[in-house]
Amino acid sequence: MTARLLTRRPSTRQVVTVVVLAVLGGMWVYPFVWLVSASLKTSPEIFGRGLNLLPETPVWENYVRAWTEVGFSSYFINTLIITAGTVLLVVVRSALAGYVLGRYDFIGKKFLIGLFLVTFFLPEGYTIISITQLTDQLRLLNTHAGVILGLGAGGQIASTLLYAGYFRRLPKELEETARLDGAGHFTVFFRVMLPLAWPITATVVILTYLYAWNVYLLPLVFTLSEPDLRTLAVGMTVFVGERSTDWSGMAAAAVISLLPVIAVFVALQRKFVDSIAGAVKQ
Amino acid sequence: MTTTTPERDHRSTTQAPPPPRRGLSWARRLRKDWWIYLFLLPTILGYGAYTIYPLLASWWFALLDWPGFATAGTFVGLENFERLIGDELFWNAFWNSLVFLVIAVPARVGLALLLALVLNAKKTPFKGFFRTLFFLPVVTTGAIVGVVFTLLLDAGGPISLSLVWSGLIDSPANFAAEAGTSLFAGIAVWVWKWLGITLIYWLAALQTVPQSVHEAAMIDGAGAWAEFRHVTMPLLVPFLVIITLIDTVAAFNVFDLLQTLTGGGPSFSSEVIEIFIFRTAFQATVPQLGYASAAAVLFGLITTVFALAQGLGMRWARSRMGTS
Repeated sequence: MTARLLTRRPSTRQVVTVVVLAVLGGMWVYPFVWLVSASLKTSPEIFGRGLNLLPETPVWENYVRAWTEVGFSSYFINTLIITAGTVLLVVVRSALAGYVLGRYDFIGKKFLIGLFLVTFFLPEGYTIISITQLTDQLRLLNTHAGVILGLGAGGQIASTLLYAGYFRRLPKELEETARLDGAGHFTVFFRVMLPLAWPITATVVILTYLYAWNVYLLPLVFTLSEPDLRTLAVGMTVFVGERSTDWSGMAAAAVISLLPVIAVFVALQRKFVDSIAGAVKQ
Repeated sequence: MTTTTPERDHRSTTQAPPPPRRGLSWARRLRKDWWIYLFLLPTILGYGAYTIYPLLASWWFALLDWPGFATAGTFVGLENFERLIGDELFWNAFWNSLVFLVIAVPARVGLALLLALVLNAKKTPFKGFFRTLFFLPVVTTGAIVGVVFTLLLDAGGPISLSLVWSGLIDSPANFAAEAGTSLFAGIAVWVWKWLGITLIYWLAALQTVPQSVHEAAMIDGAGAWAEFRHVTMPLLVPFLVIITLIDTVAAFNVFDLLQTLTGGGPSFSSEVIEIFIFRTAFQATVPQLGYASAAAVLFGLITTVFALAQGLGMRWARSRMGTS
């Protein structure tokens, strides 16, 4: 056993493992490679050249068409506004609630936590009609604010509980010292506690960013009568409906839509993986 | 997922600044703690309006004949539910959701476990690289992945061509566009997209198996399979319960992927409950909001049963894990 561990040459088993992993990994990454390749071909070329991934000459015009003619520039801006608004709303809301839930005892606390747990896994398909009706009543149906509230005002319990769990572990001396200096509850929270919780804030920002950027059903329903408000995901399906044979344009539009999430993921992969593993471990 | 156990609450009261104040009356406590409620205000308002209200309102809407948001509904009692029970398309969607669940969840959980075991082994090279590869689809937009796969799965597309080339099928086929296979195409794409996140769950779970256990098994001369079967697996059972339950609930949120991949078709062969609700409420020439709400309520009841099963499973898993 030890002899085998010490040899430098990879064992047969190792080689087999790597080959199997490489084939599987290829299946996982191929659609993205294909997508980028298709976005640089002409539409007939996509299905006309078999499995060849290289375009004859890269057609950058596909990106221009998707961005300007089809309107992905405005879809992009809408998605950006909605994502930023949702992330901000969720961070502020869940940090405030998580702070008092994690560190203080008050009347109604048990009730609130019970309510959170009961509704933890509520599927979005279940409440979409009522949320649309509520937003309609609030006269927010065709606005960015309506979408942001719909995505970030309810739900998002995981974020609240992550903050609560973190704040609970901080020593109580922190507040006492600040209190001696005459700081009030709000000063203590914003100046001392919130900055200390930056690892949780980073996690919540990442998880909410992914959620808001990728969500489909709610923006779809909210923008059925308001094309100017479409997000990337909604715009993509409208594109398919309106120009069903512009495959290269679709591929370019898909690359535009996915690039921001994939780029952030590649830049922060360790934090992404830790965020998700950490959220589950608790 | 995060839960707050009573024991921890108790500990936090001794740790947090205000000492226990059992003697204070409710009114005084409320007055003293006004700022706490102010901190909670955004959550209470948002949660009340966007989670609790919709939950309760949909029960009321389910009792209405309601042809659009601009009009007021008329109360029709349980008529919508009676209609649902006789609606073949509802049961078709229900059945499809069930098939999706029963095939997709075990496939995702099982495949992710196999991969996690390989990626957790000391001798496997390029672990981080492969983990990143499998995780990549997780961060992408479901609706866009659905559209992209309509192209990839096209009869003239790369998936069909490589299957023909490798001799697995005789002639080019589009699995998403045939009634017999569309649901399974959806399941395959869903597993592909979400496998990476379950892989991360499993890797986190495997981290809790102590190295000393592995060494002890080696000293006893246990082979890899015997070690897994008798040592690792029993330790993983509580995680298996939790991960299966998380993925089960995830399998109820497949609207984006399926709507864009197959649109529920062809001829309703891949229509799941969420697509049924969406179609009835928002895509019909005369919206049937009451009827769709009734379907949502019935669907919600079913998921609640799953959630309850999950709660019980979680409790059991936690007791198995001890105090961790």
